[in-house]
Amino acid sequence: MTDSELDAWINTGTALLGIPIQPEWRAAIRLHLGITFGHAGTVLAFELPDEAEPAPVFSA
Amino acid sequence: MSEAPFLTAAEIAHKVTDGSLTATAVVETTLERIARHDKVLNSFTAIAADRARARAASIDAARRAGQRVGPLAGVPFAVKNLIDIAGLPTVAGSRINRSHPPAKTDATLVTRLERAGAILVGALNMGEYAYDFTGENAHDGAARNPHDTARMTGGSSSGSGAAVAGGLVPIALGSDTNGSIRVPASFCGIFGLKPTYGRLSRAGSFPFVASLDHLGPLARSAADLALAYDAMQGPDPYDPVCADRPIEPAMERLDAGVAGLRIAVAGGYFRAGAGPEALAALDHVAAALDVRAGIELPEAARARAAAYVITTAEGATLHLERLRTRAADFDPDVRDRLIAGALVPAPFVQQAQKFRRWYRDEVLKLFEDVDAILAPATPCTAPLIGQKTLRLDGVEVPLRPNIGLYTQPISFIGLPVVAVPVVLGDAMPIGVQIIAAPWREDVALRLAHDLEMRGVVQAPRPPM
Repeated sequence: MTDSELDAWINTGTALLGIPIQPEWRAAIRLHLGITFGHAGTVLAFELPDEAEPAPVFSA
Repeated sequence: MSEAPFLTAAEIAHKVTDGSLTATAVVETTLERIARHDKVLNSFTAIAADRARARAASIDAARRAGQRVGPLAGVPFAVKNLIDIAGLPTVAGSRINRSHPPAKTDATLVTRLERAGAILVGALNMGEYAYDFTGENAHDGAARNPHDTARMTGGSSSGSGAAVAGGLVPIALGSDTNGSIRVPASFCGIFGLKPTYGRLSRAGSFPFVASLDHLGPLARSAADLALAYDAMQGPDPYDPVCADRPIEPAMERLDAGVAGLRIAVAGGYFRAGAGPEALAALDHVAAALDVRAGIELPEAARARAAAYVITTAEGATLHLERLRTRAADFDPDVRDRLIAGALVPAPFVQQAQKFRRWYRDEVLKLFEDVDAILAPATPCTAPLIGQKTLRLDGVEVPLRPNIGLYTQPISFIGLPVVAVPVVLGDAMPIGVQIIAAPWREDVALRLAHDLEMRGVVQAPRPPM
């Protein structure tokens, strides 16, 4: 994602969640969001079967 | 008593039990040493002097009366300040939690250590809300590395690393979600045990990422880790993750040696990016154990990526209301990462949890052929306090998100690990991870103890 796409995501997401951010926080938030989305892309690129169970298993 | 600061827990307990040292003398020396050295190390955030003195007096009285005083009799310990101490707010390295009411009771692990005769002396500095690998903290200041006070302790169990390495206490408790015991153990040159996920109770601790949180001990010897670990084991109805397993003591097999253990060195991901000091430490330990076999943890980079995604999203969820209402009161370095974490789409997290199970199943297959795996603990020795970047494979990368490169793929699936300290020449210490199969902490501790007894690994005394 480009910086402007990340900024748009930050604007929408923080507004939706009600998190007030100051202008001077933005660069660091963008940096960390970019790193996280990069890691998420790595995870999503791995093919798993539909039946794959997530790690946490709830017991009733 | 002049040597008392660097006595091991086992030595203190032995002397207190046979009457050659009183618990009261141990506590007074400990408090005096904290007062003298912690102005620089900044490892403690609260001192429980009255409580410690009262506890020491009761242990001394019990011994004089011929009663059993426990395997940790008179051993001072301190806990990362996300662990409940009755009468103190559990601040978890934050400013926000300082307004919380004091904890009504001690955390389970504190109770269990004291039941074994140990003496709580205080609460320890940490990275805010445990989202930290550096040891820096905007509210309490950075804890300082006893081997070079210009350098980081590592985090987030920063005070735990500094207090143990600096000889203020022989045992400290920390937490490890992605490496927060093993990183400070590596940078501070001490031993750290991250047990199997679910082995030790987390009841009475402030969480970070419930899927990944562990508690465990740091110490200056493998035997002290085992002593503390054994005293803390057992099911706990107050932690739903704590396994309903019997106590499986590690101490009784600590001297069993390493003959017959199948050991391999992690390659691929675990060598890429490692600095020369990390590789030299790993090779030093492998050579001492005559290990020539290599092993690949499948998809380790992806495992680290998945751990990263789960951590930031779950952590942000935990703190969402505080981010909404008190964002300016966070440590800025933590706040900005948490805000980013709150913006992670749910499918990313769910897929990471699905990958986690796949990865677990694949890694467990490796333990059909090996009993332990060696890997670096950190890619480098302790960086300078304030340092913001790190060179990995010749590329400058942000420091905070990357110190846990080698610890994250292991805690991601809850494997037990002992980080052992290596000192080569005049260099700063650095850790090596000894990774075992789930519930086989005893194997990792045996290996660590054997290496220590042969002088291959050791917790060096700092120049204080």
